Amino acid sequence: MVSQILFLILTLAAVALFTVNFRKITRNIRLGKDVDRSDQPQKRFMTMMRVAFGQSKMVVRPIPAFLHFFVYVGFVIINIEVLEIMIDGLFGTHRIFHGLGGLYDFLIGSFEILALTVWLACVAFMVRRNVMKLKRFSGIEMTAWPKSDANYILVTEILLMTAFLLMNAADAKLQTLGATHYISAGSFPVSQYLMDLLPNHESALIILERSCWWFHIAGILAFLNYLPHSKHFHILFAFPNTYFSNLEPIGEFTNMASVTNEVKAMLDPSFIPAETEPGKFGAKDVKDLSWVNLMNAYTCTECGRCTSVCPANITGKLLSPRKIMMDTRDRITEVGKNIDKHGAEHQDGKSLLDDYITREEIWACTSCNACVEACPVNIDPLQIIMELRRYAVMEESQAPASVNAMMGNIENNQAPWKYSPADRFNWAEGN
Amino acid sequence: MAELMAAGEEPEILFWVGCAGSYDERAQKITRDICKILHHVSMKYAVLGTEESCTGDPAKRAGNEFLFQMQAMTNIEVLNAYNIKKIVTGCPHCFNTIKNEYPGLGGTYEVIHHTQLIQDLINEGKLKAEGGESFKGRKITYHDPCYLGRANGIYEAPRKALEVLDAQLVEMKRCKSNGLCCGAGGAQMFKEPEKGNKDINVERIDEALQTNPQVIAAGCPFCMTMLSDGIKLKDKEQEVKVMDIAEITARANGL
Repeated sequence: MVSQILFLILTLAAVALFTVNFRKITRNIRLGKDVDRSDQPQKRFMTMMRVAFGQSKMVVRPIPAFLHFFVYVGFVIINIEVLEIMIDGLFGTHRIFHGLGGLYDFLIGSFEILALTVWLACVAFMVRRNVMKLKRFSGIEMTAWPKSDANYILVTEILLMTAFLLMNAADAKLQTLGATHYISAGSFPVSQYLMDLLPNHESALIILERSCWWFHIAGILAFLNYLPHSKHFHILFAFPNTYFSNLEPIGEFTNMASVTNEVKAMLDPSFIPAETEPGKFGAKDVKDLSWVNLMNAYTCTECGRCTSVCPANITGKLLSPRKIMMDTRDRITEVGKNIDKHGAEHQDGKSLLDDYITREEIWACTSCNACVEACPVNIDPLQIIMELRRYAVMEESQAPASVNAMMGNIENNQAPWKYSPADRFNWAEGN
Repeated sequence: MAELMAAGEEPEILFWVGCAGSYDERAQKITRDICKILHHVSMKYAVLGTEESCTGDPAKRAGNEFLFQMQAMTNIEVLNAYNIKKIVTGCPHCFNTIKNEYPGLGGTYEVIHHTQLIQDLINEGKLKAEGGESFKGRKITYHDPCYLGRANGIYEAPRKALEVLDAQLVEMKRCKSNGLCCGAGGAQMFKEPEKGNKDINVERIDEALQTNPQVIAAGCPFCMTMLSDGIKLKDKEQEVKVMDIAEITARANGL
């Protein structure tokens, strides 16, 4: 009874804490500007099913796709086991679903095989990061915390799977010993090989089985509460992020409606704009970005596929699309903390542009969309870069001198070069 | 176009030349080759001549939405006044801007890139590769322009135009949706690159040269400049030619 109460308290506390932190994140995302992504629900749903559920963009890199597939499927399917753990924990039962008979044996057997593949994949991931030191996992933005974050996630998953398999091994051994409560249920294709490593005493086995059971569920609840602070949040946000992703051709940049009004008024003095929305052009800070941009930032799992295909980054420039996303998340998190501490109106005098992302970075972008194409969860770093450029150019007139010259030429000569418009048709005279 | 209008006629298609195609010496040749192809298939086309103006693409990518929309609305007024329905562009940037960004500002047209026009003409049997220089067996690698490929998913049209040559097509390691930018997009064409350890066009040329090509095919005047500069830097101008798909097509047909 004591353990049931303890379990209930632990679960409620974990869920409550997660809810509080999750709400803070959704509140932070809502600080972004509105953009309508409620159109074409069917197409959006299919995009989500294909890209997030079906992992369609992962296959470009077969090795990590293969490893990630096991961790992903393992995560989704082994969580069915959590349901049983919850019921057992609350009602003091043991393996409540054993009545399913052959199906139960099949399920437990599948969980075991998946647990092993998750375990192996996570070890392989750790080797790739820490031993092989793949280039994709380094870079100026990959400081101590992002690297540790990745390792914490992998170590936790390895420990959780180990506990799961040890728990089963102890359970299986207790079943063969005929211990009370340990009804004969489940099949143990993996953990049967661990049985010989375990002690033979019933009491020791029970302690081991219970410890692993508690460690497994407490670990899952702790991990749940780690998510809001970690890059691993993508396991939840990959789904809404792909659902609300851009469905238009990626070469199409939005036409700013606020500018359209002003331009129309300039070209036709009799034009009266329907409504004028005050505010600035482009983005200086995270609140000037759209909520989709901010959700993108929380979804990013820092895999670095974007940066590894960025022509600017490849040729040694400071720009890294992954850093753009990580900076955006760090800044919106900071803004959120300020709201919690000092209220909604607090200004800390900092901004995304300059305090996090430098001008050198935004001007190195070729707008080639390679980062957008590469992201397995449809994050768009280019849109953030463009919003920062819009601020720099339209609010501050702070473009590089040569870009200013180009724009001056378009204004005066209707071409980016200093040629006379009268000469535009001269090409027809050559041969 | 004004002349056609005065004569009370309408063109089948408007050829949007673009700034590079109008002023850049190398791109002017490509412009004339596109015209030769249009003549060759007897397609009734028109150009705006001095009435054409920058689409606003470099201004928009640089963040100057005001200037972009000024250009866009002026151009749309001209295009709509001539009742233009179909446009072929000689540049992927013009193509992307007119096709995707003009409709929201009141300019809706059927827009194709010149490689798509060539593909259509090949499919219709109007255009072959005969009567001119033979490209048979020559090693050609094609560089995907970002604003044609990734931005609009057009990968097959330019390749189709090359397949008809019976040449040996070799792909670079980074091609199609994974193609590497030439380094000119996003207004980079008009500025010095940021500090780094290599120029993007050199990175791309190194990759293209790994395929040992005789011809590097392009479909964009800005890529043309970047790739040509890269080839010059590598001192390979004699062995490797950088050519636009339109130039290759015109030559193969003896135009």
